[in-house]
Formats: sequence, structure tokens, C-alpha cells
Amino acid sequence: MSDAVMLDGVARTYGTPPVRALAGIDLTVAAGELVAVVGPSGSGKSTLLNVMGTLDRPSAGRVLIDGVDVAALDDKQLSALRARRIGFVFQSFHLGEGVRALDIVADGLLYTGLPRRRRRERAQAALGRVGLAHRTAHRSHQLSGGERQRVAIARAVVGDPPLLLADEPTGNLDTAAGAGVVALLHELHAGGTTIVVITHDTALAASLPRCVSILDGRVVADSA
Amino acid sequence: MIAPCRLRAGDLLRLGTAGVRTRPARAVLSGLGVAIGIAAMVAVVGISASSQERLQRRLAALGTNLLTATTVAVPGGPSALPADAAARVRRIPNVLSAATAADLEGVHVYRSAAVDANETGGLVVTAVGLDVPRVVGARLRAGRWLNPATATLPTTVLGATAAQRLGVTRPGGLVWLGGRHTTVVGILSPVPLAPELDVAALVGVPMAREQLGHSGEPTRLYERSTAESVRTVRELIGPSAVPQRPGSVAVSRPSDALAAVDAADEAFTGLLLALGSIALLVGGIGVANTMIIAVIERRREIGLRRAIGATRAHIRRQFLAEALVLSAIGSAAGVALGAAVTAVVASLNGWVLVIPPTVVALGAGATIVVGGLAGLWPAVRAARTPPSTALNG
Repeated sequence: MSDAVMLDGVARTYGTPPVRALAGIDLTVAAGELVAVVGPSGSGKSTLLNVMGTLDRPSAGRVLIDGVDVAALDDKQLSALRARRIGFVFQSFHLGEGVRALDIVADGLLYTGLPRRRRRERAQAALGRVGLAHRTAHRSHQLSGGERQRVAIARAVVGDPPLLLADEPTGNLDTAAGAGVVALLHELHAGGTTIVVITHDTALAASLPRCVSILDGRVVADSA
Repeated sequence: MIAPCRLRAGDLLRLGTAGVRTRPARAVLSGLGVAIGIAAMVAVVGISASSQERLQRRLAALGTNLLTATTVAVPGGPSALPADAAARVRRIPNVLSAATAADLEGVHVYRSAAVDANETGGLVVTAVGLDVPRVVGARLRAGRWLNPATATLPTTVLGATAAQRLGVTRPGGLVWLGGRHTTVVGILSPVPLAPELDVAALVGVPMAREQLGHSGEPTRLYERSTAESVRTVRELIGPSAVPQRPGSVAVSRPSDALAAVDAADEAFTGLLLALGSIALLVGGIGVANTMIIAVIERRREIGLRRAIGATRAHIRRQFLAEALVLSAIGSAAGVALGAAVTAVVASLNGWVLVIPPTVVALGAGATIVVGGLAGLWPAVRAARTPPSTALNG
């Protein structure tokens, strides 16, 4: 089985004079792993997630997703990769205002070209998986923070992507809701999804099977 | 190989109308500019078409085959047409009818003998042949026309304006004409092809000769020919009426004057159309402005869409569709508003309502052009939004 993600000497600099967000990262995430990337703000962990998720291109080095070098892919192919192979969970949820939970989740399949009815069926199933089968008709503002993040996770996994990237998924949540989201990530991991969680919460990071610490754009520790 | 992304047409339409559904007030306001522009253009085109239709019908009813001949002052030329001018012109091939009239110099008409002689009211006294109304297409509003008997008596038929100025509303009364009481036997409706008759008190030629010092020489000749021969006949009237000085006769075609008024209207219409298109341009800028704001506001949404698999082309299409929806709403409202304005104007003027089909094409075309142009740049900007915005936002 090929590695889910492989970073080979990845660097990313911004602007002039160049600011180094990533300064040569070598990191391999095997399929089925659950990995925490931990580091203080400004350590480059968000940039790392962007680069892993093909939302940003590295200035130097190679990024391989499922063994494919993303530098060789054009916009269409990258979009297809994001639509079908990668799910994203963001700290600030990014749910549309006043949209029903079912439609938010179904939107995760919008660009796959599935008919709307099929998208809703699968959204219903995904909401069941995150324990929100009873909340499908609720609109985003009627949900609690924890429920919102679960809806966002349902949207990320509705297309059954092999790789899930989560950016501070518990950052905006209280302890109880955060614990619920972490439990959900463990469930998904048990179901075979490769998951990379970005966090500055060292306790959360320590609770995951593998923990990668980064600082100033470099890997400083890796529990694997 | 991973299956490529695809955005269904129905989903694109739903995305394109999302902005309108979530922010209806903004959509209405930004569509309003387009609506006003289109409404102005539709109303201008519609009103002009309706009024032209009226003119066409009027010309068709009046006929464009009437010619009017008058003498012009040339050195050594006659000051009037010969007494038998009508008979001469009738001999020209294809002439259907001809009649003459003479404005009487120094003869005036007043409401009564008590009126100051200088207050002529701009009215003239004209001696007319009995067949003048038939040739010019004049109709009586009240009373009757002169006949061979009344043409010898102090009787008159008043033109529409003359009757109004003399305060005569129905026949039977007396006016002070040429220094004697004269009975009004009839009143004409306005004569579009011979408006000079509107301001005249018309008397019979025998009466004018006997009592008003009329020499019998007409100053004006009315002639109708078959429609095809108007041009030929026009050339022959001068030589036939005054063979020795054909150049002293000027021939005009009154229906041309009506058409000329319409042509002047058309220049005005062009100006209004230009104003309408400026309004449309401003409306388009309004749509573009709304779209740019929408793109800035929705950067995070765009980033998210990129993260869930939208290609740049999908984002571009979404915002282009939204701009097209905005301008479509605007132009639909504009066409409706313009048509309503045209209908009101047409009904107030008693015209037939004509909204040319080109107007509908104009509306549809403007939608695509305005929406496309206004949406293009914002859409391209939206597509350039880096996908990482979803995380950084």
C-alpha cells in the first residue's frame, strides 16, 4: 500500500523579502494513520496542511498524494483530487448561513456531478455517521458549536475520501464538544480513513497514535 | 486516474441564484439600474413605433398623392395662377382631381362689426372652388358645405381654428366678413394635408368676385393623382398651369411635411435611445459593483468551494451566472416597465400600442451583454482566489 501523503523536502516561502513558513519538511503519512501535527502559532502548521491538501503549492520539494506528484497536476486534476480523495475540516466550520444541515453536507458532493437526490441520500447517511441523523432539517444557526463541527466533518467525509485533513477541529469548541469531535475522529480512523489533525493543543496531540511537532517550519519531533 | 469534477447545469443555476435568494434587497437594487436603462429604451422604441404606426395609418388614410401648387415671385412673372388653372391641370394624364383657392388680400373676418379692424386674429378669407374639400380630404364637423347657390351668397364655411378664434361653435350664426354680415353655414374639422384651410373663412368664388373684389385668379391649387404618377405629375403642373413661366409655380407635397415632422421625432428618439443606453451602462456598472462586493465578501466561501473540488472554471461560471441572473431580473422588469409606459402613453394619445419584437430581443441581448460584461471581471477575480483562503479566512 502506498503512502497516503509523502512530503519530500517541502519548503514554502511567501512575499518579498521571503518569509519561510516551511523550511524543508520530510514527512510520510501511511494509509490508515491518525496523526497529530502540533506546534505553536506561526510554526507553519496551517501552511503544512494547505500544502498537504493541495490548496497551496510548495516553493520547493515534492508533495505526493497516493503516490502522485501533485506538481504534475493541473487545476482540473487538483480539483478532482480534492473532491474525491481529500476531505477538509476547518476551525471555523464554513457552513453557509441559514442552510439546512442536509444541504450543507450534500454540498460536499456538489462538484462530483452526482444528481441532487443522490447527494442528499449520501448526506443523510453521513449525518448518521456523525450522530446527527436527527438534525438534518436544522439550519446552521440552530446548531450548537459541537454539532456544527460534526456537520462540517460529515461534509468532509460524505464522499468517503481516504484522507481527512482537519485544521484545529476543536479550536472553537468547549471541552465536552471537543471531546465528542475527537471521539468521532477516532471512529473514522477505526473505519480506515487516514487522518491528519493540526492542533496547538498538546494534550489532544498526545492522545493520538502519532504526534509530529513542528517549529519554525521544521519537524522537531515525531513520535513514529 | 481520478474522475474529473463536474458541475451540473441545474446546480449551476442554483448557485447563480443563491446571491439573489440570500440578499434579495441588494439584488433588486443592483437590478434596478439595468431595469431603468432597459425600460427607457423599450419605452422610447415602443412610443416611437406606436407614433409611427399612427402616422402610417394617418398617411394611409389621408393619402400621399396630394400636391399643392402656389405661385412664387419671379421678375416679370404672374402674381397668381390663371383662372382656369384647375381645368388645365386636370388635363395632365393620371390626375384624378384638381381644385383651386384664392386668399383674398385686404379682406378679413371678425366676430362682429364692433371688433377693431386690426384684430384679424391671423385669419384669412379664402375663395374656394366647390370641389376643394373633396380634393384635400376635408370633412365637415358641423353644418354643410357651400353649394352653387350658397356660393353666390354672403355665406361662409369656417376652418377649425378660425371657428374657434371667432367663437363660433355651431353653424347658423353671423360673422363680420369683408364689411358685411355673413352667415356661417358649416365648420370644418382640422385638415391635416391643407392646414392653411384651418385658419380660413371659406367663401364661394362667385360671391368673392361680386362682393369682395376678387379677380378670379387663384393663388393655390390642390391636385390629386394616382399614387405611382405623383413624381411625373409634379413636374408637369408648372408648365401646364403657367406655360409661359413654369418656374413661377412651386409644387409641394403636404404628406412630406408630416413625414418630416416624424423624421424630426426620430432624431429625438435617437437622443432618448442614447440616454437609455447610458442608463443601461450605469446599470451594468451597478451589477459589476455588486458582483465585486459579492466576490470580496465570499472569499471564504470560494476557498471552501475550491477545497471541496470546484475548479477555477466552476467558480468563474458561478459568479458569471449570478451576474446574468441579476441582469436578467433587471431587464425583465425593464421590459415590463417600458411596455407599461408605452401602453400608458399610447392610450393617452389614442395610438395603437406597438411594441416591436426587436424590443424583446433587445432585452434578452442586453441581459447577456450587460450581465456578461459586468460579471466577467468579478468572475475572473473570484476564480483567482487561492484555495488556501478557506483556511486562512
